[in-house]
Amino acid sequence: MNQGIIQTIDIKKHFAIGRQQLVKSVDGISIEIYQGETFGLVGESGSGKSTFGKTIVGLTNPTEGAVYYEGSNVKDLSKKEQQRVNREVQIIFQDPQASLNPRMQVGDIIAEGIDAHGLAKGKQRKERIYDLLERVGMNPDVVKRYPHEFSGGQRQRIGIARTLAVKPKFIVADEPISALDVSIQAQVLNLLNDLKDSEDLTYLFIAHDLSMVKHISDRIGVMYLGSMMELTNSQKLFNEPKHPYTQALLSAVPVPDPTISRRDRIVLQGDPPSPVNPPNGCKFRTRCPHAMEICSLKAPEWKEIQSDHWTACHLYS
Amino acid sequence: MSLLEVNNLKVNFKTYGGTVDAVRGVSFNVNHGETVAIVGESGSGKSVTVQAIMGLIAHPAGNVQGGSIRFKGKELLKLNKKQMREIKGKQMSMIFQDSMTSLNPTMQVGKQISEGLIYHQNVSKREAKVRAIEMLKEVGIPNADKRYEQYPHEFSGGMRQRVMIAIALACNPDLLIADEPTTALDVTIQAQVLELLQDIQEKKDTSIILITHDLGVVAEGADKVIVMYGGMMVEKCSVHELFSNPNHPYTWGLLESIPNVYHEKKERLKPIEGSPPDLFSPPKGCPFAPRCKYAMNICMEEVPDLYDIAEGHSSRCFLNDELAPKIAEFSDAEELV
Ligand SMILES: Nc1ncnc2c1ncn2[C@@H]1O[C@H](COP(=O)(O)OP(=O)(O)OP(=O)(O)O)[C@@H](O)[C@H]1O
Ligand SMILES: Nc1ncnc2c1ncn2[C@@H]1O[C@H](COP(=O)(O)OP(=O)(O)O)[C@@H](O)[C@H]1O
Ligand code: SF4
Ligand code: SF4
Ligand SMILES: [Mg+2]
Ligand SMILES: [Mg+2]
Repeated sequence: MNQGIIQTIDIKKHFAIGRQQLVKSVDGISIEIYQGETFGLVGESGSGKSTFGKTIVGLTNPTEGAVYYEGSNVKDLSKKEQQRVNREVQIIFQDPQASLNPRMQVGDIIAEGIDAHGLAKGKQRKERIYDLLERVGMNPDVVKRYPHEFSGGQRQRIGIARTLAVKPKFIVADEPISALDVSIQAQVLNLLNDLKDSEDLTYLFIAHDLSMVKHISDRIGVMYLGSMMELTNSQKLFNEPKHPYTQALLSAVPVPDPTISRRDRIVLQGDPPSPVNPPNGCKFRTRCPHAMEICSLKAPEWKEIQSDHWTACHLYS
Repeated sequence: MSLLEVNNLKVNFKTYGGTVDAVRGVSFNVNHGETVAIVGESGSGKSVTVQAIMGLIAHPAGNVQGGSIRFKGKELLKLNKKQMREIKGKQMSMIFQDSMTSLNPTMQVGKQISEGLIYHQNVSKREAKVRAIEMLKEVGIPNADKRYEQYPHEFSGGMRQRVMIAIALACNPDLLIADEPTTALDVTIQAQVLELLQDIQEKKDTSIILITHDLGVVAEGADKVIVMYGGMMVEKCSVHELFSNPNHPYTWGLLESIPNVYHEKKERLKPIEGSPPDLFSPPKGCPFAPRCKYAMNICMEEVPDLYDIAEGHSSRCFLNDELAPKIAEFSDAEELV
């Protein structure tokens, strides 16, 4: 571990909307994702998680900043090398329904990447499809069937098989289980965990459900309005959250245990501000119970306050 | 007498693919000031159950096949449209998961509240506006006078859900039905909305039926729980019993498939294998049989009755039969609680 497979240097992604307005969806993020880990990414809707994920896999170009893959700036690589990176870096989306072509048979869906990258043909291709189906826990008989004949969880498995087909090393999983029932979420989460070991994968796992994120992640990053607020290993984040936003987020999660009473809940007032017009200084200050004068004057620095524990908050500077 | 008494409710839909038995025998009571949660996989019949209570099952495709729904002692299934409209919105009202599609996009938010007041409470336009603004304040919308005149798209998801709650509560109903009111919201906003519902319940003694798939929300906010599977009510009990003494194998599976955030060690999750039943061709016997670790021969042949486990606790599972083998206590119950 501890060798970065992905490194982002001050990544920004701004979108122009209307006249002269900018949405700062991702606003300066510098992190490293270690080889072989699952990096969890959480934050409220609109905080920029998906945009960040898409920027890392090259689906969209950053407005500023750079993405390093295995130590080199992706932009500086040759065309051929970039093609390799495009194959090794993949993304899985939330909605298994929308991402599978309804008119294609399962076998051909899974082989999409194999065909595009010319990885196998004929008998070899067929064997690879069977093997992939088995790996994701599905019966090889299904190759000739169509996506609508499957449940949400099965469709997500088909999508995962298609992604694995090109032998990726790094996968962004953008809310891969959010659309599934609780009992099925656990199936898919176990599958992703098993595949990580057997296929030597590294994940960026984006999700809403904090208990699921904690379960699957080695480290977790917390985003708010386009910025990273805190980053540390998942146990520590849950036991000793430092950033006031992380504290509020964790305390908002309902606990499936009626014997625990939650009188200590921090209920944040108001809604998150618009990313078009974020507060100056610390972006969280309009909802922060600890906001001080300096918080409106100066944006807090992204700082390693303890070994492998990063946060951006004036309380710790 | 309970505020609401649902007995053996059955609903089906005629579709091109055949008949769907969406709800196959659901019975429960809701007492004054109580919150009853309904949990279950998607498609298990939760929404159809509450739609039937609200008289929203659309003919001719949808049919309430049997059973009874008594509200304050009155049989709702016998009422005509006009009588039902009298009760809806006034004595019981509903909030939906998707606030964007349930609000009228072309109408000022405040008007959508005052409209109901004028219709049901016979108040003047001016009075309705004053009360609507009060309602917006009560559900925690800042600048309520200004917000009154805005349109739904100018509100965030959490604020729209508050507006829905304001509309539903405007006439001070005895029963509020909330179908996944926070599923589309972020946890921090969910916490606000749930707190709001609890405050209102405490103040006004409102009864609530809360559909959710989040067992955390159940544990924190409900008194009683109904667990549904494949159109059937498979378990019914107090929230405390659900977590300390769950009886039905589906409930066990559900409780086991959620990770425990308090565990330091990462244990492998225990999902329920397989997929939910196809309601066009449901299993002949117990709907859970194809996925149940403990299924016996009889489970494939017959639908189990509800067995009484304890006071207010019943479960639709043959394992409770005297002749059935005894399964060792639900192994994780202690760990979970
Ligand atoms: N193509 C685009 N054009 C303009 N704005 C965009 C575009 N894509 C994203 N945004 C904006 O960027 C912000 C971040 O969006 P993003 O989809 O990354 O959020 P997210 O954290 O993934 O949210 P969710 O949890 O809802 O998926 C939002 O305000 C969104 O409206
Ligand atoms: N208007 C309708 N026409 C046909 N089938 C319906 C209709 N409404 C619901 N159903 C079916 O009834 C079953 C139960 O649905 P529902 O109550 O919405 O489930 P949930 O538990 O997810 O709320 C599903 O199989 C669904 O497809
Ligand atoms: S910098 Fe200030 S406003 Fe921001 S989180 Fe820290 S204390 Fe709160
Ligand atoms: S009745 Fe049989 S199949 Fe159904 S839950 Fe009980 S043991 Fe399992
Ligand atoms: Mg997203
Ligand atoms: Mg529903």
